[in-house]
Amino acid sequence: MAGYLRRNPALVFGLALLGFLGLFMVVGALTVDTGNAQPLSAPALQPPSWDYPFGTDRQGRDLLAVMVAGTPLTLRIGFIAGFLGVGVGSLFAFTAAYYRGRIDTVIRSIADIGLTIPQLLVLIIIAVSLKGSLTVNQMAIIIASLAWLSPTRTIRAQVLSLRERGYVEVARLNGMSGPEIIFRELMPNLLPFLAATLVGSVSAAILASVGLEVLGLGPVEAPTLGMTLYWVNFNAAIINGWWWWWTAPLVVIVTVFLGLFFVTVGLDEIANPRLRRSA
Amino acid sequence: MHAVYIARRFLVFLLIVWLAATLNFFLPKLSGQDPVRTKLLEEASLGGYVHAGIDTMVKEYQKRFGLDKPLWRQYLTYLDDMAHGDLNYSIANYPRTVVGMIGEALPWTVGLLGVTTIFSFAVGTILGALLAWPRAPRWMRWLMPPLWALHAIPFFLLGLVLSWLFAFRFQWLPIFGGYSAGANPAWNWGFVLDVLRHAILPALSIVLVSVGGWALAMRGMMVTTMGEDYVTFAEAKGLRSATIFSRYCLRNAILPQTTGLALALGQILSGAVLVEAIFGYPGIGALLFQAIEENDFFLIQGIVFTVIVALGFATFVLDVVYPWLDPRIAYNRS
Repeated sequence: MAGYLRRNPALVFGLALLGFLGLFMVVGALTVDTGNAQPLSAPALQPPSWDYPFGTDRQGRDLLAVMVAGTPLTLRIGFIAGFLGVGVGSLFAFTAAYYRGRIDTVIRSIADIGLTIPQLLVLIIIAVSLKGSLTVNQMAIIIASLAWLSPTRTIRAQVLSLRERGYVEVARLNGMSGPEIIFRELMPNLLPFLAATLVGSVSAAILASVGLEVLGLGPVEAPTLGMTLYWVNFNAAIINGWWWWWTAPLVVIVTVFLGLFFVTVGLDEIANPRLRRSA
Repeated sequence: MHAVYIARRFLVFLLIVWLAATLNFFLPKLSGQDPVRTKLLEEASLGGYVHAGIDTMVKEYQKRFGLDKPLWRQYLTYLDDMAHGDLNYSIANYPRTVVGMIGEALPWTVGLLGVTTIFSFAVGTILGALLAWPRAPRWMRWLMPPLWALHAIPFFLLGLVLSWLFAFRFQWLPIFGGYSAGANPAWNWGFVLDVLRHAILPALSIVLVSVGGWALAMRGMMVTTMGEDYVTFAEAKGLRSATIFSRYCLRNAILPQTTGLALALGQILSGAVLVEAIFGYPGIGALLFQAIEENDFFLIQGIVFTVIVALGFATFVLDVVYPWLDPRIAYNRS
């Protein structure tokens, strides 16, 4: 195990970043009062100091508390939407690629055409239509409504090549039913690939949520990372030189994306050993 | 054969246009809100009190806008308007039309995205090909980690850092807008330079991130291509290294890369929307941001529709060009 991890530095690096973030959230949740993530709980616009290590924003939020409360919220959006996306996507992908025929044509066409439409724009229309302030969970569901398109496409391509293998043929001749072959033969062999797809989807969902939030369509009352950046932009914090206001969310978001990205790269290496040649 | 292929692609394009219009029409209906009533109540509350006859007023306006007709009739009318390029009036900036406002913003975005996308695609592809080539200079290996790291960051986050660094800290470049506040938009050198200076930071935040993505994808394809038998054969024939690199490896690895470009256009655009919003660059993204702030629903709808159609068209063009790059496509279609 340790020997393998040494050969897969990307996975180690990614897991280390995410582990560090997890540690920050756990220690933070135990030691920091997240009530201070609400406006008017601290003096406004304090640069980082002993009392407020990350500083405070213009509305008087303690930015350390905002990060402690907001990071899990942003991750929650990503994980709900990512899991739903890959779950529904795999269902469609396995059905389409295993049974082929008309159902495959329909699913493939929907995924292909859906993917040429920029998702953020459709999400904007949905978010604007619903009006009112969204909750974090509603946000996750909205993002999940499009998050299955890309997994459907990539998983389908993998299943297509896998279903021609000899052992699938043997299973079929043994009289296994379609769902049985999908769950007992195909899925276990695709687990590393599905895991990599899941991590990628979580990352894409977080990106979409942060995007919506920066445009002002997020959960206004929740101190998520994206909403923090919205307030940064809203108050023109950069021109005004309040550097600590955007540094904290920036570092956290970059850590999230880098961690997820390197985990995907590492999982890809497990899923597709041919890549090892190039390393 | 080629005509059939083009016709089929064009059909897909029309499908996308229809889909965009349909989403635009039905998604807002799902929320079950009545825009006329909302607007009238809003106006009434501005006036200080709510009229008793507001229900009659709502009915009257619904009749005027054709909202009393059955849903399918409204839908057909809407499709007809869309087909004629009638995207309605802006709510917040009445009497300006949505088409007019988009028309003003579109050249900015097309310019910014066109230049940055082509530039980063070209540079990234060449860089990726060299990264996979064993005879490339050794120092190029050191480029990989920063490229990976940059690639994982959203455009606009890099934009934040760049604008702080170059516009606030060093004050080398302007921080906001598409041209200086006092400048007079005209075709002269002063103004063009001013526009270019304002475009540097938004462009840089897109290019630095995208180059990494293209380089990574291209490197992966090159590695696969270099393992093919025909490359080994070319080496055995004693062909020059440069010939193998450009005619055998690069030529084949660029095909999936181009497909990737068609697929990535949507993502690039979504990223650019946020970059424009952050920099106040006067393109489609900033207009969309403004429309969201002002709750200008028709403008939001119009922008979403226009952008989807424009991207669908760009994808169509790429699809048409593609067989020219890869002759197998046009002839092997079943």
